[in-house]
Amino acid sequence: MDINIEGLIGAASAIGAGIAVCSGIGSGIGQGIAAGYGASAVGRNPGARGTIMSTMLLGQAVAETTGLYGLVVALLLMFVKPFGK
Amino acid sequence: MQNGFALGIDAILFEEKQPDFYIKELFPINFFGNTVYITTTHVCTLIIVAVIMILTLAARASVLKKSAKPSLFATGVEMVIGLLISFVDSTMGSKPGKKYINYIGTLFLFVFLSNISGLFGLRPPTADYGTTLCIALITFVMIQYAAIRYKKLGMIKDLFQPVFIFFPINVISEFATPVSLSLRLFGNVIAGTVMMALYYGLMPLWTKFGIPSALHVYFDLFSGAIQAYVFCMLTMVFVSDKRDGK
Repeated sequence: MDINIEGLIGAASAIGAGIAVCSGIGSGIGQGIAAGYGASAVGRNPGARGTIMSTMLLGQAVAETTGLYGLVVALLLMFVKPFGK
Repeated sequence: MQNGFALGIDAILFEEKQPDFYIKELFPINFFGNTVYITTTHVCTLIIVAVIMILTLAARASVLKKSAKPSLFATGVEMVIGLLISFVDSTMGSKPGKKYINYIGTLFLFVFLSNISGLFGLRPPTADYGTTLCIALITFVMIQYAAIRYKKLGMIKDLFQPVFIFFPINVISEFATPVSLSLRLFGNVIAGTVMMALYYGLMPLWTKFGIPSALHVYFDLFSGAIQAYVFCMLTMVFVSDKRDGK
């Protein structure tokens, strides 16, 4: 069994990409909480549906950013391969 | 892309390919001694700009045409413009919103058409970090211009809020705005592009009929429309926050 350094770097990059994508957990929880409170707000006050929708989407988009940072890091690790060139 | 006809039926049905979502270099040009490439991003951006120009010229012609009964297209254009005006007015206020309505409308059209261009077989220009960073830098300049215009020296005083020590943090948060704006759009669009490319590249051929249309509706249409809306919304929120914040 021979392990060359390029294969090792590739395997480590793949594991790192997998760990980096775990940042999606937090943003998913945040978006779910925002959607839940948005739904209950619409249930209490159906007249303000448009305002609630836009506020909820804005908050969800901001909450999504951290998850996307993880995604970008994972994509860099997987496809750009900054290490071991 | 489907060059499977020369192979056997097995190879067609169960062929595995590499996922294909990279920016391709089409032909090189010489730029002050360096070799730079015209990529798929440039070509797709030009196609989208051409589509927008044709659409707007057609809309202008149909709205300006004098007739007793306006055509269906002219009515649709007026409805869209009315929606845009109410969208900008409700976020920025009707008086200052008038100045930004052209920029917001252009931004929305470009980002929306870019995001859904994956439906038409193009590679979305917003899946290239160069495009989204440029749009976000334009927004950054607009935000800072609004701050200087409406707050004058109060803008520098705001950097030292609430205590003197917070100056570096405030400066970093100013510069984090375009980074987070551009990365949000880029990340969403490239996530959709990568997912579609993985599906098309790694699944066997018999799964490629019918099922991808549902994925296209989510990743291209829904996500693209939401992201275009959010980008315009955040631009307006940041600008009006600088304008009439304390």
